[in-house]
Amino acid sequence: MNRVYAALAIAGALLAAVPLLGLPLFYESFCYLVFHWIVLATSWNILSGYSGYFSFGHGAFFGAGMYTTATLASRFDVPFLWTLPAAALVAVLLGLALGAVVFRVRGVRGELFALVTLAFTFVVGTIILNTRIDGGPGIYLSAVPIPKIGPSPASTFYLLGLAAALATLAIAYGIYRSRLGVGLFAIHDDEDVAEVLGVPTFRCKMVAFGVSCGLAAIAGGIHALFISYVTAGDTFTITVPLTVVLMSVLGGTRHWAGPAVGATIITALLYAFTAGDHAIAGKAVFGGVLIAVILFMPQGVLGTLVARRRKRRASAVPVPAADAMMETRPPREARPIGPERILVAHGIRKAFRGVRALERVDIDVREGEILGLVGPNGSGKSTFVNLVSGHYRPDGGELVFAGEDIAHHDAHWIARAGVARTYQIPRPFEHLTVLDNVAVPAMFGAAHLDRDAALREARRWLEFTGLADKAEWLPEDLNLHQRKFLELARALASRPRLLLLDEVLSGLTPTEIDGAIRLIRRIRDEGATIVFVEHVMRAVWALTDRIVVLDHGQVIAEGTAEEVMGRSDVVTAFLGKAHA
Amino acid sequence: MGLPSLSLIAQSVLSGVFIGALYGLLGLGLSLSWGLLRQINLAHFALAFLAAYLCYQLSTVGGIDPLLTLVVIVPGFFALGVAMQWLFARFEITAFNSLLVTFGLTVIVESLIQSIWTADFRRLESTYGNAKFKLGFLYIPAPELLTLVLSLSLAFSMWAALRYTDIGKALRAAAEDGPIATAFGVNRQALALLLSGACAALAGVAGVCIALSYTLAPAQIYGWIGVVFAAVMMGGLGRPLGPIVAGIVIGVSESVTMALTSPSWAPLVSFSLLIVVLLVRPSRV
Repeated sequence: MNRVYAALAIAGALLAAVPLLGLPLFYESFCYLVFHWIVLATSWNILSGYSGYFSFGHGAFFGAGMYTTATLASRFDVPFLWTLPAAALVAVLLGLALGAVVFRVRGVRGELFALVTLAFTFVVGTIILNTRIDGGPGIYLSAVPIPKIGPSPASTFYLLGLAAALATLAIAYGIYRSRLGVGLFAIHDDEDVAEVLGVPTFRCKMVAFGVSCGLAAIAGGIHALFISYVTAGDTFTITVPLTVVLMSVLGGTRHWAGPAVGATIITALLYAFTAGDHAIAGKAVFGGVLIAVILFMPQGVLGTLVARRRKRRASAVPVPAADAMMETRPPREARPIGPERILVAHGIRKAFRGVRALERVDIDVREGEILGLVGPNGSGKSTFVNLVSGHYRPDGGELVFAGEDIAHHDAHWIARAGVARTYQIPRPFEHLTVLDNVAVPAMFGAAHLDRDAALREARRWLEFTGLADKAEWLPEDLNLHQRKFLELARALASRPRLLLLDEVLSGLTPTEIDGAIRLIRRIRDEGATIVFVEHVMRAVWALTDRIVVLDHGQVIAEGTAEEVMGRSDVVTAFLGKAHA
Repeated sequence: MGLPSLSLIAQSVLSGVFIGALYGLLGLGLSLSWGLLRQINLAHFALAFLAAYLCYQLSTVGGIDPLLTLVVIVPGFFALGVAMQWLFARFEITAFNSLLVTFGLTVIVESLIQSIWTADFRRLESTYGNAKFKLGFLYIPAPELLTLVLSLSLAFSMWAALRYTDIGKALRAAAEDGPIATAFGVNRQALALLLSGACAALAGVAGVCIALSYTLAPAQIYGWIGVVFAAVMMGGLGRPLGPIVAGIVIGVSESVTMALTSPSWAPLVSFSLLIVVLLVRPSRV
């Protein structure tokens, strides 16, 4: 069993014994509040901290749970414990309904998601207030029997809170360690790239949102009975979301335990500052602490600790000899170029607001070849790469990869089918280490490995590209040459059948280009088919089996480099007409 | 329930326009700092209420005409805004963190207000307060009309300033692409200080308008956030005329809803409008 689960179980067993000590009631109630906020903050963090979709609507789902429990227990005499799963179910359905709409709109990210969810809170609150669910006066739960779990009602709430907090932490840790967690962190840094590398972004967000809402509702259900009087005015406010945001940011949103640390600190602070005679001053201190944390510790308590540990690990790795990149695996025997066409593009059209980027383009790629795709700037090369990788959908035409129509599939599906690409300007996940960057496609791409296998695979490709000693670095510490090779390693780690290289050589020095050319040859020797978009003609000559020339969105020539580059129309497209 | 009379509907449309003008005035500074400085300034509401309380204090205790307090409030808040921007630039605060920092500031200002003026309701009694006149069958309260005039004229002058002056053009260029604007000789830091000061001064003006028409309580700071944000987002960020148009649309639809159904349904209208706008046209932001 994993160390963290074991620690959680031991902590749970010890804390569960506390009510037997017979401490004053106050301690149990205070601990209940700590647990309550741990559940809320940690559940919020599962979507918002991991994926960066900051929700200000946690109050809506918390409130949905409160009202489900309150209504079922007080009006329909459902036993309290049975209302909790119902509360979770209602909130999950509510969250998934919202997510199904919001997560489909590409523009609703970041601040916009925060505001949509905040507005959603008030919409739900207004509906509950004005319908028979509440009707205005609120709901009393004083007649609802409290289940006899502990020796007293206070210890019952203590134990319920403890169980919910431990379960939430276990779930948060489980997701953190899983494929889903890695996907969410990738979404946080660059959602489009995550999707292209194979992360099913929509599904990841929906699952995380559902889990997050369900857990918040369970906290709400327990809290409804704890406070025994539920009103819409006190429930659907901005207080719950702001408190959980604050707790999570303070503890660190990029760590599964961060929100729990923050929740404990802030619940204690709030109690210390607002319980006494100085409630108003306490509030101001609360605001001051928030500002100080953001200014001086933007990564939160645990975030700061983790960053420090990563730095130490990164500097501890021994640096191998400079050009290790060349000799790691014996190249397999080069596969002959077969007659089968792995990619067939037929009559592809794509326009951007009237600008025709591609106009009825036919390009075939044969299994095992390196196809050069050349043309002046703006000729449609990158658009073609974006269409094949699924970043855009074509306006018309057929796009068939390995016998499957990919024109109407999402990018992650295409990645899974075996297409990988690099970006002309490297787009690494800035908050993930170099190693994790490469592990993402190994987990989600064609190879679809589990976490440990993916990390091993990632290390192999880091060695292959000469980045092995930088595994624990963050991408921002790499130079352009290394970032380009990181792009390559990331594309290779998915073990693609078709690799789209979008100007991997631009901006490199001649020596670096020589290294890269050798590397690309070795990639082909490993058995991949490559579409090579490039301006560096030396590399095109050296590498490609065949080239296709694009100009103004149309194919103007096709053949071997020797055949094509001598043609006068191709020369004109590149250099313009000669003045006679 | 019979149909409400025409005069009731007309009166509620009018009051919707008035409240919408205040939404727009509060939203103006918010929209500019979000659109042009990439800051989500929750403290805008706290500053507005601080100004409202200052106006209340100066005119109730000091006996100054509420409108004359603008002479003190506008420059004072300008300075506050400049100081805030200096802090933001000094720590390179991101858009999302600006939301958290300004929330912290809001809480501090709220407790400051509460410790000086207590949590009780305060009402500014002035010559404007009860003045109203009749236009046909409609009542027009003077403070609300003043708000409308101020709101429209400020929105139009900001619009003209951004569109026609060199400073305005430089501001828009810096928002579009900071480094390029800098390369062309735009002093971004100085412009940001200026704009942040102007936004805070706008909050001050809005605060005086609030003091003229509303009863004040510290907790009300939070009551305005949702609906004003709705107006800002519907109006489009960084567009001076957006919030006032959207604010009036929201205000009118709210007050007509109140007249036709019950007041408690009003939030549903504005927030549903916001959600629809965000989903249908996310590119507005």
